[in-house]
Amino acid sequence: MAAEEGKVDPMKQFQIEPIFGSENWEIAGFSIAFTNSALWMAVTVILLVAFVYGGMRRELVPGRWQMAVETMTGFIDNMLEANIGKEGRKYVPYIFSLFMFILFGNLLGLLPIGLVGLHPFTFTSHFTITGVLALMSFSIVLIVGFWKHGIGFFGLFVPHGTPVLMTPLLFVIELFSFLIRPISLALRLFVAMMAGHVLLKILATFVIDSLNAGPLLGATVGPAALILMIAISALEILVAGIQAYVFALLSSLYINDAENLH
Amino acid sequence: MDMEAAKMIGAGLAAVGAGLAALGVGNVFASFLEGALRNPGAADSQQGRLFIGFAAAELLGLLAFLVAVILVFVA
Repeated sequence: MAAEEGKVDPMKQFQIEPIFGSENWEIAGFSIAFTNSALWMAVTVILLVAFVYGGMRRELVPGRWQMAVETMTGFIDNMLEANIGKEGRKYVPYIFSLFMFILFGNLLGLLPIGLVGLHPFTFTSHFTITGVLALMSFSIVLIVGFWKHGIGFFGLFVPHGTPVLMTPLLFVIELFSFLIRPISLALRLFVAMMAGHVLLKILATFVIDSLNAGPLLGATVGPAALILMIAISALEILVAGIQAYVFALLSSLYINDAENLH
Repeated sequence: MDMEAAKMIGAGLAAVGAGLAALGVGNVFASFLEGALRNPGAADSQQGRLFIGFAAAELLGLLAFLVAVILVFVA
């Protein structure tokens, strides 16, 4: 949707624009230009590596930085041990990277650097990116499940103590709920981030338009919308953390299914 | 009825789903808090389940939002 004259388009922030390499950078008809989405992913990875590298001093008495990193790894470690058990610890690198990547991406997209003319881009608000992350988790579930249990992995779809008559029906239902997992996993993160950012931009439109509409509306609607916007920004920081946590938690639960078959 | 108007009405009706999901999410946290105040010792070990319940309830509200977005911008 194109923005009308003088209106703020809340969907404009999700537009992917090539930063460089837009001409003739193609593979099989698909453009591989370096976009703002790719730029923010690169920024996220660089910050993440710097964050973890700064905490890898291995001192006996940890400093602040090392403590911060160890808290995050310990948090993921505990979560995996509680959900999967002892053998879950080998997934700590994957779940930790996933959690931190999503968390940093969500939080970087909320940075108020629009004040200095830069445009923050939340790459987790695109279904292509969350979809790939969810497919990675789902592939790990499939690979581990079939590797460990072979054809017995299909036992996941027939709960213990199912009557024989009910088995075909339950198998179909369980299979369907298993196959919908990557979609729901990706959808949750993408919609939560997109909805929050659209809401923030719509409230920003209220502030600007009410100030333009005259002194009465500008004095009543404008400040109210601004205060609401600040509160929603705080909520968005909470949502950024919760969604990253939920993504990591559900990934670890699905991996638990593959490891332990119920 | 005009097609454009029908789409907008549908998107508005989808917002009802988002509101109902808000009830669901509130119920999840309210029930957790109620149980946690009765037995604070067991509360910390159930936080994982709390967020699973939250995620399941929230997903349906997000689906309602998605339906609205598809009706307004895509369909």
